[in-house]
Formats: sequence, C-alpha cells, structure tokens
Amino acid sequence: MADLALAQALDPEAAVAGRRRLMARVLIYGILGLFALVYIVPLLVVVMNSFRDQPEIARNGLISLPQSFGLDAWWSAWDSYCIGGNCEGMKRYFFNSLWMTIPATLISTMLGAMNGYVLSKWRFRGSEILFTCMLLGVFMPGQISLMPWAFILGKLGLSNSVVGLVVVHCVQGLSFTTLFCRNYYISVPDDLIKAARIDGAGFWRIFWKIILPLSPPILIVTVIWQFTGIWNEYLFGVVFTSGSQQPITAALVALTAGGTTASAYDVMSAAVLIGALPPLLVYFLGGKYFVRGLTQGAIK
Amino acid sequence: MSTLTINDLRKSFGLVEVLKGINLEARTGEFIALVGPSGCGKSTLLAMIAGLETVTAGEIRIGGRLVNSVAPKDRDIAMVFQSYALYPTMTVRQNMLFGMESRGVPKDEQVAAIKRVAALLQIEPLLERKPGQLSGGQRQRVAMGRALVRDPKLFLFDEPLSNLDAKLRVDMRTEIKKLHHRVGKTTVYVTHDQVEAMTLASRIAVMHQGEVQQFDEPQTIYDRPANIFVAGFMGSPAMNFIPAELSTIDGSDAVSFPGHGGGLTTLKLHRSAPAGISGRRVILGIRPEHLSRNNPEVRGKEGLATLVAPVEVVEPTGAETMAVLRVGELEVVGRFTPDEAPRMGEDMIVSVDMTHACLFDPATQRLI
Repeated sequence: MADLALAQALDPEAAVAGRRRLMARVLIYGILGLFALVYIVPLLVVVMNSFRDQPEIARNGLISLPQSFGLDAWWSAWDSYCIGGNCEGMKRYFFNSLWMTIPATLISTMLGAMNGYVLSKWRFRGSEILFTCMLLGVFMPGQISLMPWAFILGKLGLSNSVVGLVVVHCVQGLSFTTLFCRNYYISVPDDLIKAARIDGAGFWRIFWKIILPLSPPILIVTVIWQFTGIWNEYLFGVVFTSGSQQPITAALVALTAGGTTASAYDVMSAAVLIGALPPLLVYFLGGKYFVRGLTQGAIK
Repeated sequence: MSTLTINDLRKSFGLVEVLKGINLEARTGEFIALVGPSGCGKSTLLAMIAGLETVTAGEIRIGGRLVNSVAPKDRDIAMVFQSYALYPTMTVRQNMLFGMESRGVPKDEQVAAIKRVAALLQIEPLLERKPGQLSGGQRQRVAMGRALVRDPKLFLFDEPLSNLDAKLRVDMRTEIKKLHHRVGKTTVYVTHDQVEAMTLASRIAVMHQGEVQQFDEPQTIYDRPANIFVAGFMGSPAMNFIPAELSTIDGSDAVSFPGHGGGLTTLKLHRSAPAGISGRRVILGIRPEHLSRNNPEVRGKEGLATLVAPVEVVEPTGAETMAVLRVGELEVVGRFTPDEAPRMGEDMIVSVDMTHACLFDPATQRLI
C-alpha cells in the first residue's frame, strides 16, 4: 500500500521529467541534424550537378533539384574535357595521382613500420632524441620545406615528375607513419623479442615473423591516413609539377581556371567527384578498421 | 657437460650497481633457484646468463665456454618467461617450430621433436590453437614446450608460475619438478616465492641487494641461514628474532631476554656459545614450528627450554594453528598442531626447541 501511494505521489514529477527529457532529445537531434545538413548539402549539390546537363544548370541555377539525368558530364570529365589546352579529360591526372599515391603510401608505411620497430624494440643511445626530432615533422607545415625540396628535386633531376612527388611524399610522411607504428609497437611485450632472440631469430626475422603479423591494425590506419593525405595533397603537386605531370588536385584547379568561355558546372562537378572517389572508397573499405586500429591499444 | 659457472659478475646501470660480484656454479643436471625480494637483481642475473643484458665485469661460462659476449641464440639456452612470451599470431605448433626453423634444423628432426615434446607435456590437442585460445596453465605448458624442443644445455625460468592462480601454481610446480627429473637438464629458476625455491631446487641462491647472501642446499639454508636476511626471507611465517644477551645458567651457556611480567627469561643453549662472547648481545632466531606446548610427551626431549607467554592472537588454518605470543616487548609467532593450539588470553607455557635455535651477531647480522 505504502509503495503504491509513493508511486502515485511521484507520478506527476516523473511525467514532467519525461517531457523535459523528450524536449532535450528533440533539441539535440534538431541541432545535430542541422549540422549534418550543412555538411552534406555541398556534396549533394555536386553529386546532383554531375548528372544534370549544362543547359539545365544554366537555366535553373547551380542549386536546384535536377530536371534531367545523364552521364555525359562524367564521360567528358574523364576522357575528353580540355584542361590547359590538353583535351584528354581527367584520366591522365587521375592516374598520375594513383601512381604517386600508391607507391608513396606503401613505401612510407613500410619505412614507418621499420622505424617504429627500431625505435621501440631496438633502442639505442639517443633513440628517444631521434624520435622527438622525427615528431617535429608532424607539426611542421609543408610550405617550410618547399624551397629545400625544389633544390633537392632539381639536383636529382626529378623536377616536374610523378617520381619526384613520390620521393617528397615518402619523406614528408615518415613522421606520421613512424609515430603511429612506434606507439603501437611500444605495446608489444618486449619479452616476445627476447624469446625470439633466444630462439635464434635476428633483426629481420623478428620483424617479418613476429612484428609484422601483429601489425595489421596499425598498418591499416597508416595506409588510410597516408593514402587520403597524399591523394588530397595540393601544394607540392602544384608547385613541383605542371602540365601532364600534375596530380589530380592540381589539375582540378587548372580546370576551373581554364579560362574557357562558360563554366561547365556539370563537368566540373563530375571531375571533382572523380578526384574525391579514391579516398572515399579507401575509407568505406577500411574505415571500420581505421576506427578499431586507432582505439586499439595493447595486444593481448 | 652443461655446467654454469659465474665468477665475480657485476652489472651497473649508469651509477647504480645492481649486481655486486656474484659467484655461482651449477653442476650438470642441477636445479638452481635464484630467490629474493623484488629488486634484488635475480632477474637481471638471469637476463645476463641468457645474454639479454650485457656484462659489466666478471665472467659467465656455460659448459666451460666463456659466453660474456656471445649472442643469446649462440649460448645454447632456452628460456621460459613470466609472461610466457608466446608469439600471438602463431599456433602452438608454429611457436614450437620457430626456434628450430631459425636455426635451420632439418624438417624431419623438427617433426620428431614436436612429437616428443607434445607427448611429454600432453599438449598434442593444443598444437593447432593460437595462444589466445589457451588457458593460463596451457600457455605455461606450451612455453615450456617451446623451450624443450630445442634440447639446450641450459634451461632458464623467469618466475614462470607467478601469473597462475594459487592452485594451478602448486600443480605446475610439481609438474616442473617431475619434468626436471625426467629431462635432467641444468636449470636456473628465478622466483620470489621461497616455497617454490625450497620445493624445486637442488641448491638455492638467496639474493638481496645485488649480492648472493647464501648459496647452499635448501635444508641447510632453512636450518642454518647465513644471516638475518636469509633467516627472515626463507620460511613462512618468518623466523622470530629476539634480541638477547649471552649468559650462563647452571654452568652452561644460555641467552636471556626480557620476558613475561617484566622478568628476565633465560633459555639454555643446546650448543655452547663460542668462547669469549659471554655477556655479548646477540639475536636469537627461532622458527615458529620450534615452539610447542609444554606437555608431558615433549618434556623429556633433549635441548628444550621453556618460557611463559600470553597468547594474543590465534589463527587456525586447519592443518595447523598460528598463534602470536607476547614475549617482553616483542611478538613471537608459534606454529602449533590444532589439538595443542593455545586459546586467546591464555598464559601459555611454551617449550622452545633450542637444538634448532640460531644466534646472529647484531652488528654484522651474520650467523654465529
């Protein structure tokens, strides 16, 4: 009886609290929804425009619901649109970016893994200082190294070449890849290395047989990070290459600054999307490993 | 020929000297335990024997060969780690194969070795599993298996049982003892658990502050500890230490100390004290099990002395009962059989078995 009376007495207050909670939820989701919209609308506009045809865009304006649907803009952007007097579309630059990003990602990730292995498992006098120095690279803005790189690429005979960009990105990426891998390998128990040394394994055998098989979580993180970073990089691309050697980010800007009579918004939209697809794909394929890898600490 | 000889071995980390001239030797097939509190240098010593730490000074010989600057893999040793250190991405079989593959052992020998060791340790059903799928005891077995397939000169164990729960630890202890009996390899076993050391070892090195305090057979270490540290470290509950003064009673040597009710308690020594130290201050060491109730059966035994002590705490454990007795300012722990266990608050007449009493010099802490 007493319980029942108590419950009834409390009831109105509970109802008020419930209403208040509902209001708070509505408010929170409303604000979050608004932010999500602000993020997604530009992407939506670009995606829609890439499927509309140019006359319709000219007629109805850049921001409006599509009245037509066609893939012409995509073909044109890929294959035949003229950029800086070269009418081959984006494909050349797309492949430039691919041939730049894939080797640079793989090489910088492997070097980072080796660096991390040495800096965590084979410490030597001064290795901590060396690591601190490498960390500086994480905070160093790219433009600081523009001049030195121009000089070095010139000396190597690699100016205005995709190979030159690969070299630049490998070195520029080392700080991050080393940081990622070193911090991951710190959590690998040292006893594993000791056991392997007693088992007769040397430096490389321990790396290949013990460290690398433990590394997929951090390697996925590093690869995604490096791939998106290098693919989207613009500054080095536009400074060190021109014409047919440019990566896609630089070519996109050339496309908008083409100086042709009318802006072809449909083709531009498609070109932008072509440029954005690979990092998006990488993220969709590896995103869940990315989050898992970042949050994973110790190896048990 | 798989002896281990360590001569005046020293190790410093910067200015800190962690090992201060260690001398040890293990005969072929012997089981040596290094025991001591954490930070005594026992694990460092083991790592140096394994070649995982460099030698600052002195020498390590395995099978007569100087190995100071020999790489771990060339020392012909195998080691079992506290954390087991099983390679997590490999199956049990691959874990055991890894060492042999690294050394280029022929394939058929590898297969034979795995078969032999898996049968020995009864881990055949686990061979295709990953370490993550094994229980603590199974991992422990596999870690030993990995050491055994190599058939090395020297086995090193670094606190192999301390990650197991109490019951499993006792089982595995027996297991290791059986294994050593069967395999007969020279073994160095690091532990902080004095019971493990006592039960397993043929000889024990008790270490403290970077020095070997005593290196001898377990029973000798227990009965005649070289100094107060060893006496207090080995045995649980620990030996009782009573500051006392040498005196004589009825013409034979005795020790006196403040006892019940402020009076002086005097116990006759079984062995006569070395000449010329009468009147000197000493520390009397008595193990808890050498106290017993003064009843008719024991009264006739040789070397008994009696004292009266109020009982302050009684702790039954089932098999035996510990009691804390008040002797002067001190608390003295006694170990009694349950049927003659004291009651709280009782003034107990206690027989002290003086044949097992130890005397220590308060200045040098050494056994007199």
